Amino acid sequence: MSTSIRIPTPLRKLTNGAEIVQADGANVGELLTSLDAKFPGLRERICDEAGQVRRFVNVYLNDEDIRFLNEQATAVKTGDEISIVPAIAGG
Amino acid sequence: MSQPRNPYFTSLRCRECGRDYPKEAVHVCEYDFGPLEAAYDYDAIRTVLTRHEIEARPPTMWRYRELLPLDGEPTVGLQTGFTPLVPAPRLARRLGLTGDLFIKNDAVNFPTLSFKDRVVAVALSRAKELGLETVACASTGNLANSVAANAAASGLNCLVFIPQDLERGKVVGSLIFGARVIGIRGSYDIVNRLCSEIAGKYGWGFVNVNLRPYYAEGSKTVGYEICEQLGWRAPQHTVICMASGSLLTKVHKAYSEFAKLGLITPGTGSIHGAQAAGCGPIVDAMKLGRETVKPVAKPNTIVKSLAIGTPADGYYAIRVMKETGGTAEAATDPEAIAGIELLAETTGIFAETAGGVTVACAKKLIASGAIPRDESVVLCITGNGLKTIEAVTDAVGEPEIIGGSLREFDEQILARGTGAAATV
Repeated sequence: MSTSIRIPTPLRKLTNGAEIVQADGANVGELLTSLDAKFPGLRERICDEAGQVRRFVNVYLNDEDIRFLNEQATAVKTGDEISIVPAIAGG
Repeated sequence: MSQPRNPYFTSLRCRECGRDYPKEAVHVCEYDFGPLEAAYDYDAIRTVLTRHEIEARPPTMWRYRELLPLDGEPTVGLQTGFTPLVPAPRLARRLGLTGDLFIKNDAVNFPTLSFKDRVVAVALSRAKELGLETVACASTGNLANSVAANAAASGLNCLVFIPQDLERGKVVGSLIFGARVIGIRGSYDIVNRLCSEIAGKYGWGFVNVNLRPYYAEGSKTVGYEICEQLGWRAPQHTVICMASGSLLTKVHKAYSEFAKLGLITPGTGSIHGAQAAGCGPIVDAMKLGRETVKPVAKPNTIVKSLAIGTPADGYYAIRVMKETGGTAEAATDPEAIAGIELLAETTGIFAETAGGVTVACAKKLIASGAIPRDESVVLCITGNGLKTIEAVTDAVGEPEIIGGSLREFDEQILARGTGAAATV
């Protein structure tokens, strides 16, 4: 099952400039693993040493921050869109 | 670049890992998404920036220009800042404070009556240095007003993005300058996310996204001015409202820099943060003893300028409050309204809702002993009440209407006395 993932500007050097990439997985964690296989090094930019999404990264499933859902265990289905967005903005 | 190089502003640096980045329109580290912050050569600044030098300069925020992240001379907001630091003895008495109390009154900042004029002056001056022609922001109102006004004065294209349900004064206060005003059906956090994505896609200068390292530094000037206006010292306590928490962290940075440069005696005093109870994620984290801020999904408060559920600088604001012996407090909507009224009736300053929160929280902090009654306190008032009149319209009631005759005045007005404020 393939899901679209929107890549933020600071990470596009790792995706050869691609703004939207595809990855497979039943939940957000699996998608990140699949993404890392395609674009080595991407996961460690998004997650810290403990495997948690970094403090300054927000991951959205469609319009919802996965911190309000089930974190990386949040299930994804066909047609969903994941967005990775820097948390440092605004105010 | 044709601008002369500022020898004091050296790079942008990640607050988390310390990696240096060029001074461009970038705001987060590519490695850990940590915020990029302006870095300076303080040894060089120490040799040129003395109290005497500062005092000889015009009374604007630019008297501290060596500590602001531009390459050349400022070109936007040249009259901004150096707002009054107002002694508030009548308010002090009402709060039970015997120490000195001052209001840092950015409700009269120029040109759009909020502290945001400071950050926009820096961000748009830098945007012009970087050759950007379109500027934008995500805003709860005040920032949009300031970006729109300063862009108009500078001839920059301007788009501002706001939650569609803002106070009328803040909406009109952007539209009047000819900016594109885009209202989003959703909370500020949704607006902010959209702006992050637009900034990444189109490369415009979003003052609080890709220009955020420059923008945020403008807030330091509140802290510099407080120190100078107090006679070159930091107050024992500073109370600051928090939306993203950026202002609080930057006022602390200002005090720390002045101490490092020998302009004030070391010590920043305690820095306390204030939020609305209907959106208090930083206060909640402080009270639970956590460093991680749990976002508020659906902010619910009339204090729209502080209604940020995912505060970008929450983590750093908590660190500042803890390091300085500060505390965090929240005020309900009725408490915020009472705070606006109390400030107005005792100081003659009409603050917006966020100012009501600051006053209400200061009252609680003094009552609880978090601020000892005999110590000096500065309350930062960041915006003007004329922009949020909806909040207090019911509370203040209506004028007393009579005809134009002296008889009616004597019988209907004077018979009821001449007012209550003087008895406080």
